[in-house]
Amino acid sequence: MYTSLTEKLIDWSIALYLWGFRIIVVLIVVIGTVLTLIGGKYNSQQWIDFVVFGIAQGSIYALIALGYTMVYGILRMINFAHGEIFMSGAFSAYFVASALEQSGFLDQNPLVALVLIMLVAMAASTGIALLVERVAYRPLRQAPRLVPLISAIGASFFLQYTFRGLFGPGVYAYPVVELLQGEWTFFGINILKAQVVVTIAAVLMMLGLYTIVMRTKIGKAMRAVSEDKATAALMGINVDRVIVTTFALGAAMAGVAGVLYALVFRQVNFFMGFVPGIKAFTSAVLGGVGNIPGAMLGGLFLGIFESLGPALFLESLGIVAPYQLKDAIAFTMLVLVLIFRPSGILGEKLTAKKA
Amino acid sequence: MNELRRLPVWHSVRIGLIGGVIMLYICLVGMVEVFGRSDIIERVISLGQVLLLLTGLGAGYLAARRAGEPTNALTVLISGVVAGGLTGGLLTGLVVIGSVVNLRAVFINASPALYNALTLGAGPNGAWIPLVGGAALGLVAALFCLLPRRVRQSIVNGLVGVLLAGLFSGLLRVILAARPGWSAELGRFLFASEGLTLAGALLFFILAGGLALLWSQSQATVRERITRLPEAQRKTLRWAMLGLAVILILIFPQISGAFIAQVIVLVGIFALMGLGLNITLGMAGLFDLGFVAFFAISAYTVGLLTSTGEHGIAQWSWWAAAPVGVLLAMIAGAFFGLPVLGIRGDYLAIATLGFGEIVRLLVGSDFLRPWLGGSFGILAIPKPWIGNLELAGPQQIYYLAVFGAVLVAFVAVRLRDSRLGRAWMAIREDEDVAEALGINLVQTKLLAYMLGGAFAGLGGAIFAALVGSIFPHSMNLLVSVNVVALLIVGGMGSIPGVIVGAFALIGLPELFREFDEYRYLLYGIALIAMMLAKPEGLWPSAAIRRELHTDETDETETNPGSSSTVPAS
Repeated sequence: MYTSLTEKLIDWSIALYLWGFRIIVVLIVVIGTVLTLIGGKYNSQQWIDFVVFGIAQGSIYALIALGYTMVYGILRMINFAHGEIFMSGAFSAYFVASALEQSGFLDQNPLVALVLIMLVAMAASTGIALLVERVAYRPLRQAPRLVPLISAIGASFFLQYTFRGLFGPGVYAYPVVELLQGEWTFFGINILKAQVVVTIAAVLMMLGLYTIVMRTKIGKAMRAVSEDKATAALMGINVDRVIVTTFALGAAMAGVAGVLYALVFRQVNFFMGFVPGIKAFTSAVLGGVGNIPGAMLGGLFLGIFESLGPALFLESLGIVAPYQLKDAIAFTMLVLVLIFRPSGILGEKLTAKKA
Repeated sequence: MNELRRLPVWHSVRIGLIGGVIMLYICLVGMVEVFGRSDIIERVISLGQVLLLLTGLGAGYLAARRAGEPTNALTVLISGVVAGGLTGGLLTGLVVIGSVVNLRAVFINASPALYNALTLGAGPNGAWIPLVGGAALGLVAALFCLLPRRVRQSIVNGLVGVLLAGLFSGLLRVILAARPGWSAELGRFLFASEGLTLAGALLFFILAGGLALLWSQSQATVRERITRLPEAQRKTLRWAMLGLAVILILIFPQISGAFIAQVIVLVGIFALMGLGLNITLGMAGLFDLGFVAFFAISAYTVGLLTSTGEHGIAQWSWWAAAPVGVLLAMIAGAFFGLPVLGIRGDYLAIATLGFGEIVRLLVGSDFLRPWLGGSFGILAIPKPWIGNLELAGPQQIYYLAVFGAVLVAFVAVRLRDSRLGRAWMAIREDEDVAEALGINLVQTKLLAYMLGGAFAGLGGAIFAALVGSIFPHSMNLLVSVNVVALLIVGGMGSIPGVIVGAFALIGLPELFREFDEYRYLLYGIALIAMMLAKPEGLWPSAAIRRELHTDETDETETNPGSSSTVPAS
């Protein structure tokens, strides 16, 4: 095919630019890391703290990411309001937790109380997610793709400011669970109890979800619908019900994530869903959207990267207050993954139809 | 359960319950209290009360209309009363529960003040009042349902007229009071210090109702007379209208005062950005959720180049700095556009959202603070001068914004009708086919990003001049979402739609600053409602209207039960 010189020039400059992009990022990471390791500002306990915190936070991202991934896998739609579903779980759990604390139940039976709080959070998140699905998404299922996305942005605003109106704009402090205070020591490494519990709970939830999707009948139906909706309907699968189940499962995970997040950060606020929501989406993309183990891996990866990043490769480059750029690291990673490996770590190659 | 559903009263119960939940929501979210502070008619009715009344009336009306067709007047009345009563009944329940349990520990708005407002000051003893009031509203709505159509329409028009006049009473009063003499007299007659006077409300009711009635009768003849005019005269008429519009636009800030002029400048800035995004998203179909990046880059460039404060580097005039800002925004468009060229659809939205957030985080960081001011921003940006005239306040910058918007709208129209515009639309419809037709995807897409960025950059430059200082927190994601939303609400790909959308989504919330708390709540509801009812936007372009219309018919053919799952009675 005939291509003019200018077009060739443009192609070359684009390739040059993209390679420059990669090289700069790699250089920042490598040089920063080397300088930090030579500098030796942090000791090994601090590095372990970073990693453990990253794992705890990453497993929360992973739990939220599951909701994005499953809904995207089935409807090819970014559920922009999913971060708010997470927030609503944490919020409703807060009220239960403080009621249990006032009655003294939380201190007497902390485990039962925690399970109770999680169940309430799951129920609240699921209820709200189903309401949003029914009102804002279901009528738009046949519409062009931009339409449900805008509707989801609207739902996200609606939920945020509804919570602000109902419960006020302030920050609520979560009650202290005595059981989760302090540290445990494994092989000479001190780890905060809350982070261990959060990680274990998240992993258990994910295993449960994975079992549901891979081993049960409804899970099989979900996989079928995400492959091909029309064919699945012909096979006698009630597509509407599968979609509702997907939303419900994703929301239940987000509800648990809300409680775990509140256990680590000890506060809730109407706006708390936004940033974790976007990061969870990043995790989903990182792992390959539509892929459940990918979402888990992506979440952990993002959590660790984000927690290590500022100290590992930004600080030694002379950047003041690198922790302010923690979110920038996450977003840069999102952009890089989308540019250079849009199918994610574990993702299948996206066809034009799915992308 | 199914037995129950067959009863005619089932619909009334359902509508009543939904209405009641909406009422509870309005109360608990705090709207009654906040909206109750502004009166529609002074000391007669407040906006909060109007909201509650409208919900009750709406429930009654819907229930009555459903019962209307096959049955008699009595059923209509009963349906209305049942629905209205249930709607109010839930509020009664709220008052009763609230007087026993301290709901305020959870719902911050469940205060004694709310209960007093719901029971007209009677407190817990008056818990029956919402129930009876709701039933009465339902009855009124049902009676209204039985009126002839023409009468119904004039009543509705009259009430809408009163409501609008009451909502805008503050602004109208200020405008009228600015000139002494008959204008101030009229202002005093129509408007009280808060809301309308009773006489004013009556006047507006009669005026709006009557005029609407007259117009509906004579509309056809007027139209016909215009079409029967000879071509030359019709042309003169059109030019005369255009001239009138231009004069109105030119003298507007002098009539309206500084506040409204400022609102219009903001609308203009967002219209500029909207027109920019209209190229990237509306024409080329490239979803950009990080549009604020271009706005920020240009605003910061102008700020740095012109500022006389500590971060200023050149102390240029605005006129020299603005083109540089626009140019840099354009280059940024290319730089952000290049890596994401291969990304499609929703992924593109998220990637660009990432860009926008990165820019915001960087300008706000302590790392770049020595150069960009960190979270303290850039201060002391001088105003633009034209000769010896300083564009000091919003009333003068208004002209800059209007000029910019007109210029950009003109460019956008010319672009749309150009070869490039057609190439963009081809890409939007189908990338692969467009490429097969010989369109260079890389160049065409890049141009869309660059031009979109340039338009947003102009918006940023004017913003810097308007505000006089720039802070990173005004560069947040909400700006990008606002631009996308105004484009969608106005109508994608449609240039007049952008202007309409900017007025609806930027202008209206700015005018109702006192309800700022609920701005994004109402915004969210508006976005969802818009997508459900009119996804093509308020002023859609012809092509999109056609496309969505065929989609709708497809949907009803293939999936008849999807929109209403209510079994017929």
